[in-house]
Amino acid sequence: MSWQRSEPPRDPACENAGVTTNRERWQAAFDAAPTRDADFATMSGLGLDPVYGPDDGEFPGEYPYTRGPYASMYRTKLWTMRMFAGFGTADDTNQRFKELLRAGGDGLSTAFDMPTLMGLDSDDARSLGEVGRCGVAIDTIADVADLYRDIDLGAITTSMTINAPAAVILAMFVANAEEQGVARARLGGTLQNDILKEYQAQKEFVFPPRPSMRLVRDTIAFCTAEMPRWHTISISGYHIREAGSTAVQELAFTLANGFAYVELARQAGLPVDAFAPRLSFFFNAHIDFFEEIAKYRAARRIWARWLRDRYAATDPRSHQLRFHTQTAGVSLTAQQPEVNIVRTAIEALAGVLGGTQSLHTNSYDEALALPTDHAARIALRTQQVIAHETGVSHVADPLGGSWFVEALTDEVEQRAEAIFAHLAELGDGSLLEGVIRAVEEGWFQSEIADAAYDFEKRVNKGRRTVVGVNDFFEGNDAVEPALLRITQADEQRQRARLDAVRGARDEAAVAAALRALGERAADPDANLMPVLIDTVRTRASLGEVMAALAEVFGRHVEVPRI
Amino acid sequence: MSRRVLLAKVGLDGHDRGVKVVARILRDGGFEVVYLGLFNTPEGVAAAARDEDVDVVGISMLSGAHLTLAPAVVAALRALGLDIPVVVGGIVPDADLAELQAAGVAAVLTPGTPADEIVATVTSVLA
Repeated sequence: MSWQRSEPPRDPACENAGVTTNRERWQAAFDAAPTRDADFATMSGLGLDPVYGPDDGEFPGEYPYTRGPYASMYRTKLWTMRMFAGFGTADDTNQRFKELLRAGGDGLSTAFDMPTLMGLDSDDARSLGEVGRCGVAIDTIADVADLYRDIDLGAITTSMTINAPAAVILAMFVANAEEQGVARARLGGTLQNDILKEYQAQKEFVFPPRPSMRLVRDTIAFCTAEMPRWHTISISGYHIREAGSTAVQELAFTLANGFAYVELARQAGLPVDAFAPRLSFFFNAHIDFFEEIAKYRAARRIWARWLRDRYAATDPRSHQLRFHTQTAGVSLTAQQPEVNIVRTAIEALAGVLGGTQSLHTNSYDEALALPTDHAARIALRTQQVIAHETGVSHVADPLGGSWFVEALTDEVEQRAEAIFAHLAELGDGSLLEGVIRAVEEGWFQSEIADAAYDFEKRVNKGRRTVVGVNDFFEGNDAVEPALLRITQADEQRQRARLDAVRGARDEAAVAAALRALGERAADPDANLMPVLIDTVRTRASLGEVMAALAEVFGRHVEVPRI
Repeated sequence: MSRRVLLAKVGLDGHDRGVKVVARILRDGGFEVVYLGLFNTPEGVAAAARDEDVDVVGISMLSGAHLTLAPAVVAALRALGLDIPVVVGGIVPDADLAELQAAGVAAVLTPGTPADEIVATVTSVLA
C-alpha cells in the first residue's frame, strides 16, 4: 500500500493494555475527546468516519502527526476563525474587534502600524504619514487599555503580530491586564515574536540579530515560568512566502527558525518539554492548492521527528506542530478585485484540508488598501461557508492516502531536509548559529529575492497565468471599490493622545525606570521582562523604551542587495 | 551612455519584494541600478540621487504613506536644485493619482504592471 512509508512507532504502554492496531489506539484517543454537536454525514445522509485509512496506517493525533496534531481534529472543535485587524487609533480598532466578535469571530488578532512595529512613537519624525495606516498605533499602556476595552482578556485569546518590540508590547499587555484585574497566568494568546524572519523577509527589525535573540529568550523564559497559557512565538513562514519564497523555502526556513529558537531556549537552560508545547507556527496558504496541503503535512512530520530525535523532547505536545494560516496577500490582484474572493476561498480550503488550527482569510480589497468592514465580513463568511456548508471538516486529513498528495508531501519534506543540512553545515552543527550566520550573510534574503524574480519572469512570459494580470483582462477598467481611508486627522488624534499621557505621568519615575532598564539590558544574563513591565507601568512610551534598549544593543542596518 | 536609476524604499515600510523585482527588471532592461535599500528619508534619497548622479528616482511604497512621502521626495530633490523625475511604485489607489501628479510625480506603477511596461515607463519619463 503506497501510503505506508514507514512503520509508525508503537507505544508499549498501549500494547500492554491489549491495544493491537494503530486504528484501535487512535479510536481510544478519539473516544476520549469531546465531539461537537453536528451531523457528520453527507447531504445524502451517508454517515462519515472521523478518518479513513488502513488499520495499520498512520492516524491523526499520533507521531509523526502527518495527518494532524489531534485524534479528533475538527470533530472536537473547528479551527479558530481569527481575523487580523488593526487601523487608526486603539479606539478605532477596539470597535472593529467588537464588530468581528459580534459577527461570530472567536479570536482576536492585532495588527500594529509601521511605527509601532519599528518601536517608534507616533510623534517621531520618522512616523509621519504612517501612523495608524497598516495597523493600530500603540504608544503607551494607555493605548493598550483602549485597544482591549470591554473585552474579557481572561476569556478570549489574543494574537499580537509584533516582533522587534515584542517584549515591550507583551509587557504592556501584561501590565494592562493586571491593572484591569486579570492575572497574567490567565492570559491566553500568541505573541508573534519571531525576529529571525524579520531579517529574512519582513524587514521590520530594530536591534542586531544577537541582542534581538536575547529578548526572544527572555520572553520564552518569562512566559514558561509565569504565563502557562501563552504562546511565546508564532514561528512564521507567512512573511517569507509573501516576500517571494517558494513553498519549500517557506517550509524549510520557518522550521529552521523554529529549531534555532529551540536551541536558544535549551542554551538558556530550559528543558525542551517546558517550552516547546507553547511554540506555534504560522503559514501562508497560497494558490497552488496541493503543494500547500503537502507543505502543512510535511511540516508536522518534520517538526515531530526533529523535536523527538534531535532535541530529545518526550512530551507529545512538544512533537505536535500546531499552526495558524493566512491566505496569501501576495496572490491578490488590484485588477478585478472581486476575483480575490475566489482566490481566498480556495487558499482557505487548502489550509483547512491541511489541518490548520486557526485561519485568517484576506479581504478582496487588500491589494488596494486596508479592508473595509464590508470586505472583512465577506472574508469571514468565506470561512463560515467552508466550515458549515461544505462538509470538509467532517473527516480528518481527507487527502491522506492520495498517491499524489503523499508523494508531494514526501518530496517537499526531502527538499526541506536539504536546506536544513546546508544551514547546519553553516553553523558547524548548530541550527541556531547556522540561521544567524545565514541572516548575517544575506543568504535567506537573496534566496527569497531570486525566487520572487523567477516567479515574476514566469508571469511576464505568460508561463504562469494570473487572471486579470496577464490574461482575461475584460473588466480591468472597472471603477475601484470603495476603500478604507486613513486620514491625517487620525494621525493628529493619536499624537494628541500621546501628548495627554505624557502630560499626566510622573516624569521622574519614567526616567528612573528607563535608567534601570538600560542597566539590566547591559547584563546579558538578566531577564528583561520584569523590568520592562515595571517600566511601561510608568507610562513610558514604546519609543522611549526601545531607544533605551538601542543605547545598549545598537541598531541593525541591512546591507542593500538587489 | 547607460542610464542610471536610483531605487529606494522610503519611510518605515519593509516590504521589499516589489522594489527588488523592479530593480532586476530595470537592470535586465539596460538600466544601471543603484538600490538604496530600506528606511530612507526623502532628504536621504535626494542626497543619494545627487551623489550618484542618477537620471531617474524610483521609490516604492506599500503602506499607504505615499501621499505624504512621495511629494516629500520630489520637494527634497527640487530643494537641491535637481530636476530628476520621480516614479512611484506600489499600492496606490486610483483616487490618489491626480494628487501625486500635481505634486510632481512623473509616473506611478501599480501592482501587476508587466516588465516591458515598467521599462517603457521609466524610459519615457527620461525623454
